[in-house]
Amino acid sequence: MAVFDSVESLLKEAAASGEEMWEYVLRASSEEANISIDESWAKMSATLDAMLESYRSYDPEQRSASGLVGGDAQLMKEARDRGTTICGPFISSVIATALSVSECNACMHRIVAAPTAGSCGVLPAVLLPYAHGRKLGDDDLIKALYVASGFGAVIATRASISGAEAGCQAEVGSAAAMAAAALVYLHGGTPEQMANAVAMALKNMMGLVCDPVAGLVEVPCVKRNVAGAMNALSAADMALAGITSRIPPDEVIDAMKEVGAQLPPGLRETGQGGIAVSPTALRLFPEEGR
Amino acid sequence: MNIFDLIGPIMVGPSSSHTAGACRIGLVARKMLGEKPAEAQILLHGSFAATGKGHGTDRALVAGLLGMEPDDLRIPESFSEAEKEGLSFSFGTVKLDGAHPNSVLLRLTGENGGKLEMIGASVGGGKIEVREINGLKLRFTAEYPTIIIQNHDNPGSIAWVSNLLADAGVNIATFQVTRNSRGREAIMVIECDSPVTEEMISAIRENPDIISAGKVNL
Ligand code: SF4
Repeated sequence: MAVFDSVESLLKEAAASGEEMWEYVLRASSEEANISIDESWAKMSATLDAMLESYRSYDPEQRSASGLVGGDAQLMKEARDRGTTICGPFISSVIATALSVSECNACMHRIVAAPTAGSCGVLPAVLLPYAHGRKLGDDDLIKALYVASGFGAVIATRASISGAEAGCQAEVGSAAAMAAAALVYLHGGTPEQMANAVAMALKNMMGLVCDPVAGLVEVPCVKRNVAGAMNALSAADMALAGITSRIPPDEVIDAMKEVGAQLPPGLRETGQGGIAVSPTALRLFPEEGR
Repeated sequence: MNIFDLIGPIMVGPSSSHTAGACRIGLVARKMLGEKPAEAQILLHGSFAATGKGHGTDRALVAGLLGMEPDDLRIPESFSEAEKEGLSFSFGTVKLDGAHPNSVLLRLTGENGGKLEMIGASVGGGKIEVREINGLKLRFTAEYPTIIIQNHDNPGSIAWVSNLLADAGVNIATFQVTRNSRGREAIMVIECDSPVTEEMISAIRENPDIISAGKVNL
């Protein structure tokens, strides 16, 4: 169906339906998947629970298979609690949450791919601290996830959400765009502002390569989730301030796809370019370096 | 476009292709075998061979063979679960001609002696495809109720099977037929719009040209 083919049609159809963006995405996607609204809502609610649980499952002692990942979220939380960070408590919580969830992923905990496992920290990183500070309920977060998935569906349809296909701009970049839209919704913004936030978040990660050390979803993935979350916050705030993307969102998404196609294979999840072939990475994983 | 592919799946990390997809391949193989696997030879190809260990691909495949879904919290401990369940397994690597980079060749023996050789590929986002069964090339996702039939390649078998399904009220979505090089045996892969019952499979097995028939649906 055409709804998720473009941001333009998503905005148009949602406006024509007279529904809020989340409501429209819920209904249109349920119709397409041939499930009831209640079934979809229950599934999204279970998904939110799993997302919250992935954050709560953090253990400061856990380490990933390679031993490179673990403990960083704890350091960030401690700095936040000491009150010594440059960014202050809210942003420090965003950073710590992105690290927590991504570390949990690297350590084989249960997470929610959003849109992928490698980028699973971005959405919870902005949603959880935001909701906590404002005492929002689960229903608000579920609605925000529908908004995020609606815009994410357009990115997946027009471009890609796979690092192997289009680099990390398609994973963490798409996650940031989805998170930006969700934030604009939660903060009372309009669908046009959501669309502008999506465009700005994606533009600001255009060209980001996928270069995991030893081919593992660990380095640089975990910390890159922080960059995605911060990017989502600034894109959302810009959009809410009335700043627009000079290039329409659909054209930005198409450009992202084009950039992905132009990325050499070594920078698309093969572990054969970028950070993955840095001297230190090759020293740590001599077998993986080619 | 399923929005739960954007916010989801719920899965044990770290990689949708190398962990969640690997688990699903194991699960499909178990269902195709149609019984509890007792022995498994697991041969990893390409990126599965290169980065599988760090991604828990090995543990996820064994978890799938034990019947676990990709969100099962026991995946990291699947090796000890296998011991409890009486599944013995071994790992190796293999170079498969023209295979997807995330592929695995599974050689299974069931507790009742059934055998299955299957190549599965993890094609991204946790999605998988079965690419080969018992040496015959084919392609299906197991997302729909799927019937897999091995038969002697005699005239009329295809019509016979499709009539049987039509009589049972099952609508066929896709129908693939592959023959092996000798041309005497063929495989039919039939994706259906509605669930397939064990009775239908038994009815299919009654035709003397049918060597084996099974169903799978994730
Ligand atoms: S670097 Fe590659 S594997 Fe890591 S999060 Fe980005 S796209 Fe995923």
